[in-house]
Amino acid sequence: MYVAVKGGEAAIDAAHALLAKERRGAPDVPEITASQIREQLSLAVARVMSEGSLYDEDLAALAVKQARGDLIEAIFLLRAYRTTLPRFGASAPLDTAAMHIRRRISATFKDLPGGQVLGPTFDYTHRLLDPALAEAAPSVTVATAPGAEREAAPHVTKLLDGQGLIETNPPADPDAPVGDLTREPLEFPAGRDLRLQALARGDEGFLLALGYSTQRGFGRTHPFAGEIRMGELEVSFVPEELGFEVPLGSITLTECEMVNQFKGSADKAPQFTRGYGLAFGHAERKAMSMALVDRALRTEELGGEVTAPAQDEEFVLAHCDNVQATGFVEHLKLPHYVDFQAELVLLRQLREEWVRARDASASGDGKQEAAE
Amino acid sequence: MPRDSDPAVAGAPTDRQRLMQVCAQATAAELDRALAALDPLPAVETVRQPEVGLVMLRGRVGGDGQPFNVGEATVTRAVVRLETGEMGFSYLLGRSQEKARAAAIVDALGQNAKFAARLEAALADPVSARVAAERAASEAETAATRVQFFTLVRGED
Repeated sequence: MYVAVKGGEAAIDAAHALLAKERRGAPDVPEITASQIREQLSLAVARVMSEGSLYDEDLAALAVKQARGDLIEAIFLLRAYRTTLPRFGASAPLDTAAMHIRRRISATFKDLPGGQVLGPTFDYTHRLLDPALAEAAPSVTVATAPGAEREAAPHVTKLLDGQGLIETNPPADPDAPVGDLTREPLEFPAGRDLRLQALARGDEGFLLALGYSTQRGFGRTHPFAGEIRMGELEVSFVPEELGFEVPLGSITLTECEMVNQFKGSADKAPQFTRGYGLAFGHAERKAMSMALVDRALRTEELGGEVTAPAQDEEFVLAHCDNVQATGFVEHLKLPHYVDFQAELVLLRQLREEWVRARDASASGDGKQEAAE
Repeated sequence: MPRDSDPAVAGAPTDRQRLMQVCAQATAAELDRALAALDPLPAVETVRQPEVGLVMLRGRVGGDGQPFNVGEATVTRAVVRLETGEMGFSYLLGRSQEKARAAAIVDALGQNAKFAARLEAALADPVSARVAAERAASEAETAATRVQFFTLVRGED
């Protein structure tokens, strides 16, 4: 039960002013700017864009600053901002095979067309803290291999596709509606389009843990990282008034194709199955986790039995959104004085009844003893 | 979906689309410089004030299957009309209203025979050259991280 409670305005104003002071930190340390965050904390920015479900590096950087580095708070800020804007429409579907690749690896094929390029990665670092970074580090010179011919880099799954060793994605039906959980409430069972949308904006930590659980045996899928690629891709959009594709600019994306163990049937030879992950910016852990969970959520479709949390569509989709989750968990901080009063009244009543019952049974016992 | 009558359906982008792509790649300063270089311009009437909105970005299941909604992006659009009659439109990622207006003017000028050719030298050439140089530099850096596998001798014949 909710009742209007007045009071606290002055305390709230003062608390927010104090928050602003804490956000600034010690005044003798230079203030960080949103553009510094955009350029130097770009992976935080990528996460906020993906889970905030809004590609805008400047806004995401501002949100990180305003939220004092609390990324879920920053994601919340971005989600709130997007509700203030009209939607012009939907882009033409992205062709990730055309990506200008800055990183691309495969754990399944050593020599693949287009090659394996590590790009900017934490992989193979020794995870030793670098004291030189504590203050401004000297500028870095990077190796270059100019003149290298740019080879086409088709998706790795295409290599298996040609031999029928992996399931193919059903061809796109241009007339089929594309589900949008920001417009219609999510209902179960959800189509794969809605599941992927929910996972794309889902919490990285939650999806990481669920993906991990499938590796440890809670709904095993035997995954291989078929391919992980990161790079820039041009986005286009067909405005109604123009009727042709307008290039909007480029975005950075990370894509992961998991190759998983087999599915076959009486009339179809066994094939590898697939899980798919796609995230804004450079967000490899997110894309991999998403691909693992996407595949786990296809268990029923692929003829398996749903036994583990990561395979349970309702469990995963209803709990992967960290803005919803934080809203419900953190609402416990709001005044619940009336609810609590009701619980107190109930508890007191239960205790009185308990005492009465005890006393009654004690005196009953006494009578019995006397009779004996 | 592009209309059937639209030449872009055939694959090759039209001149207009190519100029729009240049505007999407250009910085605000490059657009301003190009418009300044083309001065004097026909009078520009604002048909639609620059407006910030969203475009839902669509991916494909498995990279090539059914579309799904990945998330939105901020996009700014504007519409202008030149006194010579051409209507110019722009849709650009981000929230720069100045850039959106400048790009709409470029789109209108690109449809005007008097300005179309001059836009090449003033805008398309320098922007394309910069983008190509940046891309080549980035590709060279990326190429240096390419893995060259080799197999160790295994001591068996």
